[in-house]
Amino acid sequence: MLGATLLLALREIRRHLMRSILTTLGIVIGVAAVVTMVTFGNGVTSQVQDDIASLGSSNFIIWPKNDDRSSGRPFDLADVAAVEQQIAGVETAAGNIGSSATAFYNGQDLKTSIVGVNTNFLRARSLRIAEGRAFSSDEEIAGRNVCLLGDRVRQEIFLPGVSPIGEDMRLGDVSCTVIGVLETRGQSGGGEDLDDRVYLPLKTVQRRFRGTTDIDYFIVKYDSTYAGSAIRASLTRLLRERRILEAAEPNDFNIIDTAQINEAVSETTGTLTAMMAIIASISLFVGGVGIMNIMLVSVTERTREIGIRLAIGALASEVRLQFLTEAVVLCSLGGLVGLILAFGATYVVTEAMNVPFIFNPAINIISFLFAAVMGVVFGYYPARRASQLNPIDALRHE
Amino acid sequence: MASEPLIQLEGITKTFGTGSAAFQALKGVDLTIDRGQFMAVMGPSGSGKSTTMNILGCLDVPTSGVFRFREVEVQELNRDQRSLLRRKYLGFVFQGFNLLSRTSAVENVELPLLYRGEAKAVRREAAMHALDQVGLAPWAMHTPAELSGGQQQRVAIARALVTDPDVLLADEPTGNLDTERSVEIMELMCELNAGGITVIMVTHEEEMAAYAKTVVHFRDGLVERIERGARSGTILDGTMKKGKG
Repeated sequence: MLGATLLLALREIRRHLMRSILTTLGIVIGVAAVVTMVTFGNGVTSQVQDDIASLGSSNFIIWPKNDDRSSGRPFDLADVAAVEQQIAGVETAAGNIGSSATAFYNGQDLKTSIVGVNTNFLRARSLRIAEGRAFSSDEEIAGRNVCLLGDRVRQEIFLPGVSPIGEDMRLGDVSCTVIGVLETRGQSGGGEDLDDRVYLPLKTVQRRFRGTTDIDYFIVKYDSTYAGSAIRASLTRLLRERRILEAAEPNDFNIIDTAQINEAVSETTGTLTAMMAIIASISLFVGGVGIMNIMLVSVTERTREIGIRLAIGALASEVRLQFLTEAVVLCSLGGLVGLILAFGATYVVTEAMNVPFIFNPAINIISFLFAAVMGVVFGYYPARRASQLNPIDALRHE
Repeated sequence: MASEPLIQLEGITKTFGTGSAAFQALKGVDLTIDRGQFMAVMGPSGSGKSTTMNILGCLDVPTSGVFRFREVEVQELNRDQRSLLRRKYLGFVFQGFNLLSRTSAVENVELPLLYRGEAKAVRREAAMHALDQVGLAPWAMHTPAELSGGQQQRVAIARALVTDPDVLLADEPTGNLDTERSVEIMELMCELNAGGITVIMVTHEEEMAAYAKTVVHFRDGLVERIERGARSGTILDGTMKKGKG
């Protein structure tokens, strides 16, 4: 009986193929939207988490606070050294200064970011050398013209298969020797290409590119057996002291814990994903209303058929089942098509936006079941109406 | 033929609507129908014959009175129980054929068996047998739109008898057919009746009523008179009626 009902439903759907397609379009789009949003959102969350994890755990990032009128009082290497030496539990403190320049080599050129750091920064940020070596302490102290290339820079201006190690290239007006290439990092959450960088010793960038002894920010890596809050308190106290701030004055610098960022960002992306999913579910709901509408039309159209079925002995429950099955089959097919559509859409979007495609079986199954449940919910009323028709009146219906 | 009461109507009344708009369609109908009977029901419109048929077909219940079918008091049954009764013991033939459109003849005939939960192979075999009985086996795969009126009505008859019912209820079965097709249908009904099926038929055509063993005349919600034995004279003289139509 159920098999026959299922066949009947499929036949009825095929009979009004165009109408069925248009009716289920709402469900198709709803399911596709929900699944795409959630899968894409998960991809973004995971990417951001990876990015943040690459900052390293048990890290603080410290930079001067800018107010409306002026950029904040900068830090310098003496501050970094003080933090490293005077606060218990701090493993490394490493400064960073940025600039930009055009890289030239062998007639090729590329506008790229210049980053001034020392080896301890690379270590703290888990930036690994793929080829060649890191800066020596002599190069760091003397501020020599040596550089490490991000993967993209290497690919853009050096020939494939040829090692750039030992080659001299020009960065703006500065000539420098390539001593290594970094492992590829991909894009940051903000869409920056982390491979489009050239790293030089901190002092080299200060002197040759920025003409300053300041740094932009510094990171503090601490022993994870220490409480982050205690380290933060010591850091704040020391830096306030060094910057001679009165007790009433607020901090003129920012301290951020990477674990905190991770939490905040995950929470934000999670909330965004949930919001997108909710908005998408509204379209699924609207699709369900469409199903109900067309099922009601179908019941009216087929009043006579229902009369015949009742007259030859169909039970009310059997007629109800027939129409309910039709609605559920319609919704389930819509759900299935929606899943396929979502798979394609997610693939395209993640590929285009360089976000990992994390296939989530749970959301696929849930969305599909949700679509089927929509069939039950929105198919029930029309089905009930059909089953309660009076056979005598139904047979007389034109 | 040995007769035993299959259907008994006692003091059946039926009122539609309530209050001042109430209309009493049946005012106390008493009728006994024996097994193997072929009964024609006649009467002007509004006389209560359709209401009686609906009650006999277990599609409707009387307002008061007793309707006994196979010793079951039908007025006591609920909707689903009456459905089961129809499914098991009754076959319907309507004036408008009432076949499912865009569904082949054989599938139309299979329909009642579907609700009986018969397996597909059993359904198909029984449906083909029923179509064969009405002479339509070669048209099994045609849809109603591809069949003539007479053929459609024969499909409907096949559908009614595929379950091997006790009673065949026919509401103006020849109403939409020309005389020649009508005669074919009536002869088919006579054959089925001879095979043991009780036939109850509403008609307003004297010629068709003439095929019945008994003719019941309704007037103003009551049985006016019952004529018996009308059939014997007509069956020998089937050709005569073609001229009249």
